Amino acid sequence: MLFAYILKRLIWSIPFLFAVSLVAFALISAPPGDYVATFAATLAQSGDVVDQARLEALRERFGLDQSFLVQYWRWITGVLRGDFGISFEWQQPVADLIWERMGLSVALAAATLLFTWAIAFPIGIYSAVRKYSFGDYVISAIGFIGLSIPNFLLGLVLMYVSVVHFGHDASGLFSEQYQQAPWTWDKVVDLLKHLWVPVIILGTSSTASLIRIMRANLLDELHKPYVTTARAKGLSEMALLVKYPVRLALNPFVSTIGWAFPQLVSGSVIISYVLSLPTAGPLLLQALLAQDMYLAGAFILLLCCLSVVGMLISDILLAVIDPRIRYR
Amino acid sequence: MVIAPPPVIEIRNLVTEFATRHGPFRAVDDVSFTLHRGKTLCLVGESGSGKSVTARSILQIVDPPGRIISGEVKLHRHHTARGASQGDNIVDLAALDPRSAAIRAIRGRDIAMIFQEPMSSLSPVHTIGDQIGEAIRLHESVSRKEARARAIELLRKVEIANPDKTVDRYPFEYSGGMRQRAMIAMALACSPGVLIADEPTTALDVTTQAEILALIRKLQDDDGMSVLFITHDMGVVAEIADEVAVMRFGKIVEQGDTLSIFEKPQHDYTKMLLGSVKQLDRPSERRLKRRAEKPLGDVLLKVSGLTKAFHIDRGAFFKKTDPLLAVNEVSLSLRAGENLGIVGESGSGKSTLGRCILRVYDTSAGTVDYTAKDGVTRNLAALSETQLRAARRELRMVFQDPMSSLNPRMTVAQIIGEPMLVNGLYQGRALTDRVGELLELVGLPKSAMERYPHAFSGGQRQRIGIARAIALDPRIIIADEATSALDVSIRTQVLDLLLDLQERLDLSFIFISHDIAVIRYFCDRIAVMYKGRIVESGPTEQVCTDPQHPYTQALLSAVPHPDPRMRGTRIRTRYRETS
Repeated sequence: MLFAYILKRLIWSIPFLFAVSLVAFALISAPPGDYVATFAATLAQSGDVVDQARLEALRERFGLDQSFLVQYWRWITGVLRGDFGISFEWQQPVADLIWERMGLSVALAAATLLFTWAIAFPIGIYSAVRKYSFGDYVISAIGFIGLSIPNFLLGLVLMYVSVVHFGHDASGLFSEQYQQAPWTWDKVVDLLKHLWVPVIILGTSSTASLIRIMRANLLDELHKPYVTTARAKGLSEMALLVKYPVRLALNPFVSTIGWAFPQLVSGSVIISYVLSLPTAGPLLLQALLAQDMYLAGAFILLLCCLSVVGMLISDILLAVIDPRIRYR
Repeated sequence: MVIAPPPVIEIRNLVTEFATRHGPFRAVDDVSFTLHRGKTLCLVGESGSGKSVTARSILQIVDPPGRIISGEVKLHRHHTARGASQGDNIVDLAALDPRSAAIRAIRGRDIAMIFQEPMSSLSPVHTIGDQIGEAIRLHESVSRKEARARAIELLRKVEIANPDKTVDRYPFEYSGGMRQRAMIAMALACSPGVLIADEPTTALDVTTQAEILALIRKLQDDDGMSVLFITHDMGVVAEIADEVAVMRFGKIVEQGDTLSIFEKPQHDYTKMLLGSVKQLDRPSERRLKRRAEKPLGDVLLKVSGLTKAFHIDRGAFFKKTDPLLAVNEVSLSLRAGENLGIVGESGSGKSTLGRCILRVYDTSAGTVDYTAKDGVTRNLAALSETQLRAARRELRMVFQDPMSSLNPRMTVAQIIGEPMLVNGLYQGRALTDRVGELLELVGLPKSAMERYPHAFSGGQRQRIGIARAIALDPRIIIADEATSALDVSIRTQVLDLLLDLQERLDLSFIFISHDIAVIRYFCDRIAVMYKGRIVESGPTEQVCTDPQHPYTQALLSAVPHPDPRMRGTRIRTRYRETS
C-alpha cells in the first residue's frame, strides 16, 4: 500500500515537472524585449554604433527570432541532456555557472532547516507541556522577539558585532584563500566555520514561529482521549508524550518541508546580498535584471524542481508517519 | 444467607477538586462506595454529575487542574493482581503520587479502563496490534512476537473476525463496534481484576450496544472480573448492574442493589430519573389528546423516490467512482399537524434524507413536493437557489448539538434575529420585540437576549436553537437528533416544548432520531431506515408493538429496557441483509 502510494506520487510528478518547466519558460520570456535589445541599449549608452544587421545575426544565433514554442522545445530538450544553454551575459555555459551556487544554496537551506528543527522541537514540546510556567513565558517572549526582527537587520547587527568585537569577518561562506580554490576537505571545514552565521540569521524567525506552531499543535493533542487511554495503560509520562501526542503534532511540520526548501533559497536573496554569500539568490536576481533568460530560466526551473521534490518528500514522509493519508 | 463476595475497591470520602478562577470546584464531593469481586456496580448520573471524574480519580488520571484533595481509594490487591503474594495487600491509591511507578504498575494491570469514544480513545496512527501489545509489554516482560500473538488471541476473545489480519489494521479501518471491542481487548491485556467502563456504549448504535454489553457480561463470567460501569442510561443499568449508585452534583444520593433502586427508589432525584425514562417509551398523553380533538390536515410534503448518491473516488490514476446510495428511493409524506419520526442507526442515511428535503444537499433523483402557504405545490428538488428562498422560510431545521450549532461569538438576540434580518422581515426595535416574544415562547426569559450561548445549559441552548427555527413562522420543522445530546430529564421537557409549539403555531415535524423511546413519545408515524431505504413505516404504536420487518424487530429487541426484571427474558435478534 505504501509502495503503491509512493509510486503513484512519483509518476504524478513527471507531468507536473513538465508543466512547471513550461511555466518557468513562459515567465522568463514574459518581459517585453529580449537580451539583444538590452545589449543594444548598453552599447548605445557607451556610444557604440549599433549595427542592426549584427543584432539580427545575434538574435538568429540565440534563436530569439523563433516562436515561443520552438524556443521552449530547443531549451527543454537541451535541459534534458544537461545543457542549460549559454548565459548571454557571462558568455559561458549556464551549467558551469549554476551548480556550485545551487549546491551552496541547498547546503545552506538544509543546514538552516536542521538547525530550526533541532532548536524548535524540544523547546516547543517543553513550552506546551509546561504551559504558563515561567520557562514558557520566557520562551514565548524570546520567540516573539525573534519573529519580529527582520532578517537583514539581524544580519547587519551580527556582522557588526563579529567584526568590531571579535575581529572576525562574518560575511561570505569561505575565507579568502579558499574562494577560488577547488574543493578539498579543508575547504569544507572552512565552509562549516562560516555557515553558522547565515544559518542563525535565516533560522531565527522560522525557529520562533516553529516553536509557536509546535506548542499550539501539541496543546491540541495533549488532552485528547487517546492520551488518557495511554496513561490508563500505565505508560510513563515521558514515554507516552513521545509516542502519542508528539508524533501526531509532527504532521503539520512534515507538510511544510515542501515549501521550506524553495523559500529558504529564494527568501535568502537579501541576506545573501548583505553577507555577500556566493549562493544562487544574488545571481538569479542579476540574471533577471539583465534578461539573461537561459541563466534565469535554469534557476527558476531548479527552484521549481526543488518545490516539487520537497512536496514529494513531505508527502512520502506524511504517508509513512500517518497511515490515514496513504489510504485516501 | 449468601455470603457477600469480598470487596475489591473501597472508596471512602473521596473528594476531587478542579482549581478554577473562581476558587476550587468540587467535582467529586465526599463519595464512598464499595466494588465487590465479580460484581458490576453502575454509577449513574446526568452530565456534570462527577461520575467520570470519580472513575478517573481511582486511577489518578484526572486531567489537571483536577486533583484528589482527600479520601481513600483502597485497592485489595490480593484479589486483583495475578500471581500476587498470599495474604492481604491493601494499597491506598489516593495516597500514591500520580506519576509514580507504583501507581503505573496498577494502571492497566490491576485496574483497566475503557472509554466512551472508541475512535478518539485509540491512537489513529498506531495499529491495533501495536496498542494492545504495548499494554502487555508494559507490565510483563515478553518479546514483541509473543505480545503480538497474545494480541491476536485477545482480539479473538472479543469476537473480532480474522484477528491475525485485523491485528495489523489501524483504528480508522475498524467500525465503531469493532473499535470498542479492540479497546476491551486492550483493557483485558493483563487480565485485570477490575474493569472501569466509562460510558462505553454511549457512542454506539443500540444493536452494537447490546453486543458489547453481552460481551462484557461474558468476559466477567469467565474471569470473575469486577466492573465499575459508568452510564447515564437507566436502560443499560437495568440490563447489567448488580448494584447501583446514583450521582448528582458530585455526591452519591442513593445506592443499593438494582432491584430496590428501580422498584423502591428513596431519593427524589432517583425517582425523577426513573420517571423521565419511563415517561418516554410510550406515547405522550398530551399528543394523543390533541390528535383526538383536532384531526390531521392535508398532505404538506410528499417525497417520492428520493435518492442521494455520494461519489467515492477509487483508483490511482483513472477515477473510478462507486456511488454510495446514502438515500435510496425513499418515499414518504407528511400531513399538516403531523409528527413523522425517522429512526435508524448511524449511517442509515436518516440525516442525509433530512438535508435532502431541505436541499442542503442536492438530490440525485426523485421529487420533494411541498405545498406552500399560498397553496401552490412545488418540487423543491428542482428549484434554483433563489426560488428556494421562499420555501426555506417555511421549512426550518433544529440540529443535534446545541453547542456547535450556535455561533459562540454572537449574542442570543443576534442568533435568533439573524434569519429575520436576512429575510428583511424585522429591524431595530421591532426585531428586539420579536426576539423577546420568541424567547418567551420557548420558555426563556427576555433577559437572555444579551448573553452568549456559553452562559446556558445544554437544554437552554437547544431552546435557543428552537427559537431560531420558529422565528420565520415555519410550517415544517426538521429536527435532526434534536434531543440526543440532552440528559433524559431535559429530553422530555424539550419534547413537551415542541408539542406545545405545535399547538400554538400549527407546526408539523419530521423528527430524526436513533432513539425509539423518544420517537414513540413524540411521533404519530414512524419510518424505519436501514442502509438508505425505508424498510418499514406506519403508525408509531403499531410498528413498535408489532414490527413486521426483521430489521425493525432486531432494532427493537436491542433497546435496553429500564426494568431489571426483564433482564434476560427477551431474545435478541441480529439482522443481516441478504443480498
